[in-house]
Amino acid sequence: MATTEILTVNMGPQHPSTHGVLQLVLQLDGEIVVKATPHIGFLHRGVEKLSEYRTYHQTLPLTDRLDYLAPMHNNFGYVLAVEKLLGITDEIPERAQVIRVIMAELTRLKSHLVWLACHALDIGAMTVFIYCFREREQIMDIYEKVSGARMTSNYMRVGGLMADLPDGLDKDIRSFVDDMPRHIETYEGLLTGNKIWQKRIMGVGTISAEDAIDVGLSGPSLRASGVDWDLRRDNPYSGYENYDFQVPQGTGEGDTWSRYKARLDEMRESCKIVRQGLDRLKPGPVLADIPKICLPPKKDVVNTIEGLIHHFKIVTEGFKPPVGEIYQGVENPKGELGFYIISDGSSHPYRMRIRPPSFVNLQALPQMVQGRLIADVVAVIGTLDIVLGEIDR
Amino acid sequence: MIDGVTLLLTLIKLLLIFAVVLTLAAYLVLAERKILARMQLRHGPNRAGPFGLMQPLADVIKLLTKEDLLPTSADKWLFLLAPGLAAITALLAFAVVPFSPPVTLFGREIPMVVCDLNIGVLYFLGLSSLAVYGVALGGWAANSKYSLLGGIRGLAQLISYELSMGLSLVPVVLMARSFSLTDIVYAQQGLPFMISNPVAFFIFIISVLAESRRVPFDLPEAENEIVAGFHTEYSGMRFGLFFVGEYINMIILGSMVTVFFLGGWLGPVLPPIVWFMLKVLAVAFVFIWIRGTLPRLRYDQLMHFGWKFLIPLALVNVLVTGAVLLWLRG
Repeated sequence: MATTEILTVNMGPQHPSTHGVLQLVLQLDGEIVVKATPHIGFLHRGVEKLSEYRTYHQTLPLTDRLDYLAPMHNNFGYVLAVEKLLGITDEIPERAQVIRVIMAELTRLKSHLVWLACHALDIGAMTVFIYCFREREQIMDIYEKVSGARMTSNYMRVGGLMADLPDGLDKDIRSFVDDMPRHIETYEGLLTGNKIWQKRIMGVGTISAEDAIDVGLSGPSLRASGVDWDLRRDNPYSGYENYDFQVPQGTGEGDTWSRYKARLDEMRESCKIVRQGLDRLKPGPVLADIPKICLPPKKDVVNTIEGLIHHFKIVTEGFKPPVGEIYQGVENPKGELGFYIISDGSSHPYRMRIRPPSFVNLQALPQMVQGRLIADVVAVIGTLDIVLGEIDR
Repeated sequence: MIDGVTLLLTLIKLLLIFAVVLTLAAYLVLAERKILARMQLRHGPNRAGPFGLMQPLADVIKLLTKEDLLPTSADKWLFLLAPGLAAITALLAFAVVPFSPPVTLFGREIPMVVCDLNIGVLYFLGLSSLAVYGVALGGWAANSKYSLLGGIRGLAQLISYELSMGLSLVPVVLMARSFSLTDIVYAQQGLPFMISNPVAFFIFIISVLAESRRVPFDLPEAENEIVAGFHTEYSGMRFGLFFVGEYINMIILGSMVTVFFLGGWLGPVLPPIVWFMLKVLAVAFVFIWIRGTLPRLRYDQLMHFGWKFLIPLALVNVLVTGAVLLWLRG
């Protein structure tokens, strides 16, 4: 009688497909996963704690580094939260709101492109990877033009934006989103009809709607299980209620195939939103005129004593929101990104808690891979679309 | 009878084949990288020499000068032996490959094959079974978990697809009425077996892909799952041997596809050896193309596909081909 042993394998933190520094301790019975335990913390930088020692403005660059595949969306969530705390949500100029939405949706495209690239690469389709990165590069260029940085954009500000769009960029963005659906067709052409691709992801990592809600999944991973929930539509912010878009749910069966379809459709919807945003772009200021909170224009700083004082006060001291606590969630490409801020009336948050979508979504991994093969683990990590930068914060 | 001249000629042929195959393998690596790069909007290697043509040389120098690590817990002898096995079994198979019809030089007929064994097919199948040892021993001897998983995958995969490969060659042997590769080529003078028996061709190509451990059957070394599979712990030239063995294997399997199904050296206008090379390279190109297109199968799907689809299909094909031949020959 042959005896078998459970083999324990440390998958990661140095592993080609654990998307950064995730460590999975796999208990294997041959190729079958008996138990998977995610270990996190290899990328911990203490963003939440650091923010307690910084003014609200100074925390902003830290948010770029949460989900580094969708930096502007993190900026977006954070500034919305601080604006809500300050009670200035209604004073944000129209143009700033529209540009925020445009950048947010471009960011969604950017994040989903990396998801598709890595997901396909993990399953062995190398070519899609490079195709996706070609389009991502164009979004990077747009990023660079608006903010000067490709990854750590730090573009949004409490009260508006760092700067207006450079001249002519709206045309670039429009031509990009006009081309994008064609590129998505190309990816689909390489993958969707491919029998091996279908076999690898259909019925893999299935999670029911109840389980998904119990675990706290959000974003496309939740919607693909058939739960119709999108913060952009159900709890709109920054004028999302004015845009016409669908909330795709894939096939609604909660398997990797459904998530694949849902995200691809979401990319098409994002293109639509960006196009609508460009249509409603009207000239105007991009930063609210609230001297105690928003930095004054450079010309006032140089020419007027009030401007200089405001500038000095905001930079050295920051602003002091009223005592209170607020929560603001936004529909990040990966799910609900939330900022919970407690203010004690000083210029630093008393406590800031970030609800990172990847962190919560990762919790579903053990039950999704249990009893499946090693190859499925890789597929499930890919489909959950996790980013360790925000899991570890 | 073996006389001095025959011996000399055989040695010359051996050396020639050795040199040509190794060079070809090295440049196949480059070609693969270049072609894949073209398919993926990249440039591929282009720093070493014009169009990166010196890249294989640079790679060899790099691999030779790298430290040859031996994991402390590894089974030393098997660990050292395995890469050699992988490369040698692939090289040995060239002994039976006929590159062109016999040529007459100085009134002497020289067969363009090292050894025209009358059981060439069996020799080839035997060697490709031995190639499993390189993978399995390499994976086991390293005493690392990823290597072990890769080794087991390799073992299971190669053994399974060995069967369908063997079975797909039975119709070829039936049609050619010979186990000798030279005779098999001559039997295709009318019609290459690819056309007269497409099912066998289809099964053979798939088995060959699996046998050469290439996408979509690269499970033993699936980097996204088990790092580098059976050769995770290898470094320097030992890794190089596995690597080169894989490409030699690709050439030998390409040659076998050519001999068994594409009519070997047969073809109009061009000299036979050119036809042979062209066909081998065409097969290699298709392999590379497939790598640029397809994702990877999962372990259980691979097994199902092999045992539940390919092998039954191959068996039926043997039966049908046999029946048809019997009926034709009355």
